[in-house]
Amino acid sequence: MFARLVILVALGAALAAAPAEAEYADVVLNNRSEKEGVRAVIFSHWFHRIRFRCKVCHDELGFKMRAGANDVRMVDISNGKFCGMCHNGQIAWGAERCDLCHSGRSGLKSRIHGGHETLGPGRW
Amino acid sequence: MRATSKWLSGSSFRIVFDAVFHKEFVGLKSDKRLRWRTWVLVAALALVAQAPIAAEWVRQWLPLAKDGIHDPKSPALEVLQDPAAALSRLPADRVGNQVNWVAALEQGVINPRTNILPETKVRILDTDILLNLHGGTPIVRFPHRQHTLWLDCSNCHEHLFQSKAGANKFSMERILQGEQCGVCHGAVSFPLTACARCHNTPRNKPLPAAAVRGS
Ligand code: HEC
Ligand code: HEC
Ligand code: HEC
Ligand code: HEC
Ligand code: HEC
Ligand code: HEC
Repeated sequence: MFARLVILVALGAALAAAPAEAEYADVVLNNRSEKEGVRAVIFSHWFHRIRFRCKVCHDELGFKMRAGANDVRMVDISNGKFCGMCHNGQIAWGAERCDLCHSGRSGLKSRIHGGHETLGPGRW
Repeated sequence: MRATSKWLSGSSFRIVFDAVFHKEFVGLKSDKRLRWRTWVLVAALALVAQAPIAAEWVRQWLPLAKDGIHDPKSPALEVLQDPAAALSRLPADRVGNQVNWVAALEQGVINPRTNILPETKVRILDTDILLNLHGGTPIVRFPHRQHTLWLDCSNCHEHLFQSKAGANKFSMERILQGEQCGVCHGAVSFPLTACARCHNTPRNKPLPAAAVRGS
């Protein structure tokens, strides 16, 4: 058992050499985007938390703390909900700058990146 | 070295954890084997955690074009900020974003907005709670202040934790599964590999008097 563990630790360290890894806590939102012909959305916690505390988005604006759990639609954003509470040309630039949010490469799933995933039991 | 840090906060770590806490044993909470496995995990982590301390620590962040999730052909890459441009100016940490976000806030290096709706009541609480009073690892001192500077009470109470000292049954395994403290730690806040930041209070010294006793 211990020998197996040592091998696994070594294996883990070797795997870590895998190059591309998203910044810790980046979220991909792709419930509909790619199916509807636009790039997946990438939301960065590191960028936003320099400007806003968690409570702004997760209490005031009501974003559920679970990647993929918020049913975000483009019409809602244009009507000032979700990202559109801020991306309205007042607090931040407006929803017409599609590419800035829709910047993901193809084939991404909705999930949180960088650390463990909490998308389901046993996945972290 | 970057590889080591990524490994510590990354998915390969999960492989080792899965090996230690073999699927069929998870759920058998009081199983002796589980306790033994926990200690093997602690030992393995202590071992690998030594690695980065040895040499000088240099923080590095991948540019967006190489982070594996942005489309390198997207026109946005000319406009969007790379993590290094913003994060290299903030107090250092070795895990997660490699930023100590508590220190960044306390030193006033950043001052993120607390609310955008004028009628929102910004609630801060100062009490510390001592958890894991009966375990073997150092006691966990949960600080309300550092949390409520970032979060509202409703982000934790009552759906994650009842607001009554000792009322919650915590478990390191459930935390590692992304429940309880693990909803945020390991996803957005500092990752679970930073054991000592939660297990932060020695057992063999008098307990901090002002702190509330939890479980
Ligand atoms: C500008 C808005 C914003 C801020 C500020 C913000 N978040 Fe988030 N958060 C989001 C969005 C958007 C998602 C993804 C929701 C989705 O995919 O449906 C998310 C997802 C999450 C998740 C779920 C991750 C998972 O494992 O599924 C957690 C946990 C979380 N945030 C914690 C935090 C914490 C802690 C902070 C403060 C340090 C914070 N967030 C600050 C917008 C924000
Ligand atoms: C502030 C960020 C932001 C901007 C700017 C933005 N979007 Fe979106 N968009 C989103 C998010 C978030 C979703 C939901 C992602 C998902 O789950 O697929 C979304 C979803 C979509 C969808 C999927 C179907 C639907 O109706 O929800 C389409 C199509 C879309 N956007 C088109 C656009 C176009 C066209 C523009 C520019 C006019 C644009 N978006 C600008 C954030 C943005
Ligand atoms: C609480 C307000 C708020 C919310 C909610 C919000 N943002 Fe932002 N966002 C900002 C601000 C402020 C900026 C910086 C604008 C500037 O630099 O002018 C920004 C910038 C961005 C950027 C550009 C980052 C860069 O490198 O310049 C992206 C992409 C982005 N937001 C995506 C999103 C998406 C996607 C959502 C919804 C899931 C969202 N934001 C929700 C406030 C918000
Ligand atoms: C986010 C905070 C947090 C982090 C990080 C964390 N723990 Fe824990 N841990 C807890 C809490 C809370 C408990 C209390 C469970 C209880 O009361 O039974 C606990 C309990 C434990 C226990 C069982 C009780 C005991 O002391 O025997 C072990 C073992 C343990 N943690 C080991 C670790 C190890 C190893 C790490 C690093 C890989 C770690 N923890 C990281 C919060 C944390
Ligand atoms: C990050 C999660 C989190 C946030 C945010 C949070 N709490 Fe707590 N709270 C806890 C935990 C964990 C306990 C310990 C419960 C136990 O001992 O089982 C606790 C315990 C309590 C208790 C009982 C202990 C005591 O001091 O008597 C009260 C009251 C309380 N919280 C109030 C609040 C209020 C008010 C806020 C907002 C200002 C808040 N909490 C924000 C996690 C949180
Ligand atoms: C709702 C999200 C959330 C939950 C749940 C949560 N935390 Fe945190 N915690 C944070 C954030 C945000 C910070 C700020 C630092 C960061 O983001 O890395 C933080 C910081 C901390 C710190 C560092 C304080 C310092 O002075 O450096 C400790 C210790 C801590 N948490 C312990 C816990 C424990 C123990 C639990 C479970 C009882 C817990 N946290 C649950 C979000 C959370």
